[in-house]
Amino acid sequence: MESTSHITVQNLNVYYGDNHALKDITINIPDKQITAIIGPSGCGKTTLLRAFNRLIDTVDGVRITGKVLVDGEDIFDPRADVTMVRKKMGLLSQRPYPLPMSIFDNVAYGPKIHGIRKKKVLEEIVEHHLKMASLWEEVRDRLHEPASRLSIGQQQRLCLARGLAVEPEFILADEPTSALDPKSSLYIENRFRELRSQFSIILVTHILRQARRLADYIVFLYLGELIEHGPVNEIFENPREERTREYIRGVIS
Amino acid sequence: MKSRRLFKDNLARSIMWFSAIFCILLVILIGFALFQRSRYILAMKSLADLFFLDSWHPLKGEFGFFPFIMGTLWVTCTAVIISVPLSFLTAIYLSEYAPRMIREWAKPAIDLLAGIPSVIYGVWGILVIVPLTKNYIAPFFGRHSSGYTVFAAGVVLAVMIFPVIIHVSIEVFRSVSFELREASWALGATKWQTIKHVVVRKALPGIIAANVLGFSRAFGETMAVLMVAGNVPKAPSSILDPAYPLPALIANNYGEMLSIPLYDSALLMAALVLFIVVLFFSILSRFALVRVERSSE
Ligand SMILES: Nc1ncnc2c1ncn2[C@@H]1O[C@H](COP(=O)(O)OP(=O)(O)OP(=O)(O)O)[C@@H](O)[C@H]1O
Ligand SMILES: [Mg+2]
Repeated sequence: MESTSHITVQNLNVYYGDNHALKDITINIPDKQITAIIGPSGCGKTTLLRAFNRLIDTVDGVRITGKVLVDGEDIFDPRADVTMVRKKMGLLSQRPYPLPMSIFDNVAYGPKIHGIRKKKVLEEIVEHHLKMASLWEEVRDRLHEPASRLSIGQQQRLCLARGLAVEPEFILADEPTSALDPKSSLYIENRFRELRSQFSIILVTHILRQARRLADYIVFLYLGELIEHGPVNEIFENPREERTREYIRGVIS
Repeated sequence: MKSRRLFKDNLARSIMWFSAIFCILLVILIGFALFQRSRYILAMKSLADLFFLDSWHPLKGEFGFFPFIMGTLWVTCTAVIISVPLSFLTAIYLSEYAPRMIREWAKPAIDLLAGIPSVIYGVWGILVIVPLTKNYIAPFFGRHSSGYTVFAAGVVLAVMIFPVIIHVSIEVFRSVSFELREASWALGATKWQTIKHVVVRKALPGIIAANVLGFSRAFGETMAVLMVAGNVPKAPSSILDPAYPLPALIANNYGEMLSIPLYDSALLMAALVLFIVVLFFSILSRFALVRVERSSE
């Protein structure tokens, strides 16, 4: 995978009707690192994340101005192929949403819709990515059971495998551990550490400690504005902005 | 304070219990009454004769329900073949593709259609579908027909059960969570791929239930069918033949010519058959609905 892949946001504004949810965001997301988006509830973290794979398009009455360049191309350009944009971004949401099919088919779903038909190839893809999500050992004998029978923690790893199976360049994760028990959370965090060398990971989190132990780069949003961004140590030990300092100390939340 | 709350709780529970029991009892009572009256004919004729004899001559004492059962099946099947694919596609369009404006207008319009009395659908059938069948469709197939046919009845029925099936189907599609669709889109699936592989799959038991509901309504529908089916007591052999469905038989004849021996009992037996079939379909659709609710958790 080439190291040119990256996300550049230029003057991005997002409005939900009259609600100006993201205000003139300009930022470079570093490659092959874990970037954590932090900030109080309602500050626009999810909105920013969903702008990256254009899931934001699906909201009624949304309006977007500005640019998001992925690999140098503006994804909001009317000529851009939205399915190709999304294929580059694996999404891990707050709660797992397994598709109504078997464990195997959940992982094979992405490759299949992108045209892979050969059973042998699909089997290899499924095994490889279940291993990447460290779920393989637990499910290898029950691949054809409905995915809904897995525990929530397992389902979240299944969703990770499903997202990885389309071979994205980025992983977008929206509070991926907030519905999980500590052990499952740790699993996911460890996966992220291993995946960091191959993917650019963008993680929305409410847990400052998680951001600190996992992230390389921090983006702090407040009321839809980008207040500060920088390497994790800088932000946590020596923030330039007063509001960042207050948020990190827990004064505003 | 606490005891009053408990009292209300108990009261609500008992009122609901009695209402439920009352409804169930009513169904059982109807079934029982029908059975009581059909016992005479059941004692005189074998079930095989009643169901498979293709001859209905009350004056000669021949009571074969076969023509009516076949008439019902032909009409219902025609209606279902027309309405299932059309209502499926309409429901998908309205739930997945239509802009909010269209959806908000279409839904009440469809519910309005469901409330129109069936006699009006019958009149529409006589004024539009019957002449159409007589003048264009039958000649196209090189047939001569009065227009009062299985086809006409099927079309009228299909149009009648449309609103019910579409209404329930839209609800079922909407009950599939938005996040599930997003999960599929996020993998780069197109809208259509998502609908085909995820939404429809998740909604399937509910869609089946919606159709069974429509089907059981079609089965028992009387007025509109009676007006356009032709009512010839002979099993149809094509959709351009006339038919005489069970409900039409009962509605047309009950209360007349009751001096003929066993006639009254035969008609009530027909009612019993209809009753059991409709009940069967209702219960089936309930089970399917419960299943979809469970699987969409
Ligand atoms: N679908 C939507 N329609 C209208 N307004 C929305 C929608 N989604 C979010 N908003 C609004 O946009 C703003 C940002 O919301 P967003 O979900 O991005 O916040 P967040 O930082 O992810 O919050 P949280 O930490 O609680 O998840 C909020 O004011 C919210 O009310
Ligand atoms: Mg959020």
